[in-house]
Amino acid sequence: MEGSSLDYVIAFLVGGAICAVGQAVLDLTRISPAHMLVLFVVVGAVLSGFGVYDRLVDFAGAGALVPVSGFGHSIARGSLLEARRLGVIGLFTGAFEFTGLGVATAVFFSALIALVANPRA
Amino acid sequence: MASPGAKKQKADDRAKYQKLASSIVPRPQLARNIAVAFVVGGLICALGQAVMNAFIASGMTGDEATAPTLATMILIGVVLTGLSVYHHIGEFAGAGAAVPITGFANTVAAAAMDFKREGYILGMGAKMFIIAGPVLVYGILAGVTVALIKWLSRG
Repeated sequence: MEGSSLDYVIAFLVGGAICAVGQAVLDLTRISPAHMLVLFVVVGAVLSGFGVYDRLVDFAGAGALVPVSGFGHSIARGSLLEARRLGVIGLFTGAFEFTGLGVATAVFFSALIALVANPRA
Repeated sequence: MASPGAKKQKADDRAKYQKLASSIVPRPQLARNIAVAFVVGGLICALGQAVMNAFIASGMTGDEATAPTLATMILIGVVLTGLSVYHHIGEFAGAGAAVPITGFANTVAAAAMDFKREGYILGMGAKMFIIAGPVLVYGILAGVTVALIKWLSRG
């Protein structure tokens, strides 16, 4: 991936397409948003297993990583890379290799913001 | 004065109209929803690309930039939720706001704020992941299983 403006166009197109599929799933089936997000994270992990999602990330960068399917891929990829390095322990520590920072960030700052801000009326 | 027959006729017409309308209306609505999800989701991912490029420009590899990029997007999602902005993006863009990782952050921050009413321990603490929890649970279940299979099959 080069740092060119084409990066942004591809990230926009691929990321947008993944979100559009999510919207189509919501509108054409009767499943809840929570079910759709679970479906996407599992599909991302499975496609990672087949090496498909790695190629999508090489092609689209954040367009593939930022949607929640990329979160599933990041868990699977981290788990696999760390398992190769550390064995069974890595299989589990690796689940948070790429995602742990984000999860801790979400917990820490959500708690912080809940202390100072109140929900809309 | 309307006779009962005319009233029934009117009700029939209304039912017919509603049936006809419901067969026509959802299509443009579907196209609109998908187009808006595409554009808004795409813009959020393009923003993610800008964040990622900034980390790569600072000397990180693509793999090294993944975690800080996701964390930065999550921080943006949490802050926009605290400012009561993300809720509006979500109402406008549906999956375009829910599918990116900023939407994951939004569900955590919104739940933390909403359930604060039920107490800091059993409300905010316990229910922060009421929507995002399933994504973590099934993401880890699927991700570790996939990695295990791939690791065992290649050594």
